[in-house]
Amino acid sequence: MSMYGTDQRHHTLTVLVENKSGVLARVASLFSRRGYNIFSLAVAPSDNPRFSRITIVVDVESAPLDQIMKQLDKLIPVVSITELDPAHSRERELLLATVEAGPETRGQVIQLVGVFEGKIVDVGPEHLTVMLAGAPTKLDDFEDLIRGYGIVEMQRTGRVALPMLDRADHRGRPAAGTADTTEKAG
Amino acid sequence: MELTGAQALIKSLEMQHVEVMFGLPGGAILPVYDPILDSSIRHILVRHEQGAGHMAQGYAQVTGRPGVAIVTSGPGATNVVTPLADAYMDSTPLVVVTGQVATTAIGTDAFQESDITGITMGITKHNWLITDVADIPRVVAEAFHVATTGRPGPVLIDIPKDIAQSTMEWYWPAPEDLDLPGYHPVTEGDPTLIREAAELLLAAERPVIYAGGGILKARAADALRELAERTGIPVVTTLMARGCFPDSHPLCLGMPGMHGNYTAVTAMQRSDLLIALGSRFDDRVTGRVSAFAPDAKVIHVDIDPAEHHKVRVADVAIAGDCRLVIEELLLALDSLGLAHSEATRGGRGGSPSDAVAGAPAAEGSMAASFPRERLAPWRAELGEWQTRFPLVYDQQPGAGPLKPQYVIEQLRDHTPEDTIVASGVGQHQMFASQWWQFDHPYTWVNSGGLGTMGFAVPSAIGAKVGRPDKMVWAVDGDGCFQMTAQELVTASSERIPVKIAILNNAYLGMVRQWQEMFYEERYSEVYLSPDLPDYVGWAEAMGCVGIKVESTDDVATAIDKANSVDDRPVVIDFRTDAFEKVFPMVAAGASNDDIMVDPSLIQDLGA
Repeated sequence: MSMYGTDQRHHTLTVLVENKSGVLARVASLFSRRGYNIFSLAVAPSDNPRFSRITIVVDVESAPLDQIMKQLDKLIPVVSITELDPAHSRERELLLATVEAGPETRGQVIQLVGVFEGKIVDVGPEHLTVMLAGAPTKLDDFEDLIRGYGIVEMQRTGRVALPMLDRADHRGRPAAGTADTTEKAG
Repeated sequence: MELTGAQALIKSLEMQHVEVMFGLPGGAILPVYDPILDSSIRHILVRHEQGAGHMAQGYAQVTGRPGVAIVTSGPGATNVVTPLADAYMDSTPLVVVTGQVATTAIGTDAFQESDITGITMGITKHNWLITDVADIPRVVAEAFHVATTGRPGPVLIDIPKDIAQSTMEWYWPAPEDLDLPGYHPVTEGDPTLIREAAELLLAAERPVIYAGGGILKARAADALRELAERTGIPVVTTLMARGCFPDSHPLCLGMPGMHGNYTAVTAMQRSDLLIALGSRFDDRVTGRVSAFAPDAKVIHVDIDPAEHHKVRVADVAIAGDCRLVIEELLLALDSLGLAHSEATRGGRGGSPSDAVAGAPAAEGSMAASFPRERLAPWRAELGEWQTRFPLVYDQQPGAGPLKPQYVIEQLRDHTPEDTIVASGVGQHQMFASQWWQFDHPYTWVNSGGLGTMGFAVPSAIGAKVGRPDKMVWAVDGDGCFQMTAQELVTASSERIPVKIAILNNAYLGMVRQWQEMFYEERYSEVYLSPDLPDYVGWAEAMGCVGIKVESTDDVATAIDKANSVDDRPVVIDFRTDAFEKVFPMVAAGASNDDIMVDPSLIQDLGA
């Protein structure tokens, strides 16, 4: 089973927040006190220095998505929330893994990294540290395959995402980039 | 004009028209206390910071203006955590200023340091740690704006000592200078949804208006009354909404919920349409949610969209201010009435000229005839329940134990009808809510959501400060009284003449009631003592008049005597029956259908 991928339980929210100290704590504290589960979370500055963007993958089995979005929306520093429909967004994630790669298997590991268009970022006598960036499902597949060689340590960043570009198709219907955007209320 | 941060803070509070603040100084807030000497703002020195917070709440609940409390860092700040949590639950606008250790000391475990913005993150609408002295006026303006608009709530401003001591060039921000890009509360309801609500309302046969605290926050009592009277729809008023619709009104069913009266509870259970106005389907109202009002469609008006569908999925969910939405709903009903009358006349072959758009709804049109006639059977049924299942108690005259309900009734009948009543939490709170007659908004002050014991005394003091023109009585329990009674010293020294009625049954009465009913009468740690402390002696030591009452003969006399004292607080120690229980009752987790009425009515229930 895919760890990430297109599981219906998981929805991706991109949350634009004021770039002020304590904002991440407010978001985390809200999730914890309301009992919402976070699957992954990534924070980084946005193009505007006043705002940061938090990409959260939430588990909607813990609470209805509508509630999670409205409660988030009540946080004063939250400026907007967009739910990204996986079918209409570009999601990317980065994986770093140190893999067992002794003389017998080293070639196979390198080959696998090549097939996935990853990179070798560190080389030791018995190990390789590899990096792969891409769609979360691709990272899942890669992870499954290298597991057989022995993963010493692995880290994934959690996904970031942006809506697909708005390209009106030939029938004049704009491609839906976002499933739902909530303007701030309340 | 160059000011210190402390001066700027006090001046900012003055700019917000703050007339009084409740507080207690300490090390980190010292600089801020200096300019208070030169300020027009009255400062009331409390004896414990929790008292400051609850006083600010009482003040806010009766005036509608934000209550202000000011305390020092560390323990001062943590002592105000309970009032903040309480105000957050009950949507009370509060601005709390806390001192903080100097910015250079933050994070070093300095003396009296606590991370109060971190601690209160989940129990404030928002909080600020000021790190630049120039931010003070803007943050104060933002804090008041956030506390009082949208769904009101408490906010906290944490001001480090060195920030209060440094200087800035004074300014006062214009509304557009507030830096709140993520805060835009919605106040006006969606017209399409309001029209849908009006249609549901006109089609209902067993509608009930479920009025909550939001009616009071929105100052919508008049609008609610117009809605009820024009539609003939009966109204239940939740614990937070007591007084928003007059108990003496024929359409008022009183309080629903765990200790609500039979008719209010059952009206909701049998309803085909709940019109929830500023109420949030609290578990104490719904009982077991899956069994709550099973046949009812729901119209849910709330200024906080996160309340919609949180507990109960609404058929029509309207985000907006209750007063504005009710006013629009009334207009929508008008226009539907016109439409209906046109259709009716058309169907009967009336001439088209009869149906002039914009003409007022004539008598006999759908909207005009809707109320009384359509809902008459429903109201008749409710009237039968009211007759069969009234609130009851049995008071023997003379000696013998005083019934708490009797004391409340005597208080009600021997005080001005617009008396403000504050209460603590427990049996006495339920008795007060059940037996008082609330005919005016903003006359009931209590801790609904958080259920904070000890709320009564300080909140009554705050209420009296806010409304010195009104008589203020606290109805308290003996357990509650012992938690915050020290604030009567504050009241005595500040000449705030509140009156306290302790229903002293020598027990933590509500817990005792549960242990009797659900724990096989195994009473674990609920006995206090009627005489320890000596309440009269304690009251007198705190500068109050103290009176003890043990017999029905003395109840009215004592109340009259208390009413005549206007230069100091009065405490009456009413010795009440420890065995009296609050009925009706819906057990925790049970369906509202399984409401337990007073045992003396049980034969009736079986009939």
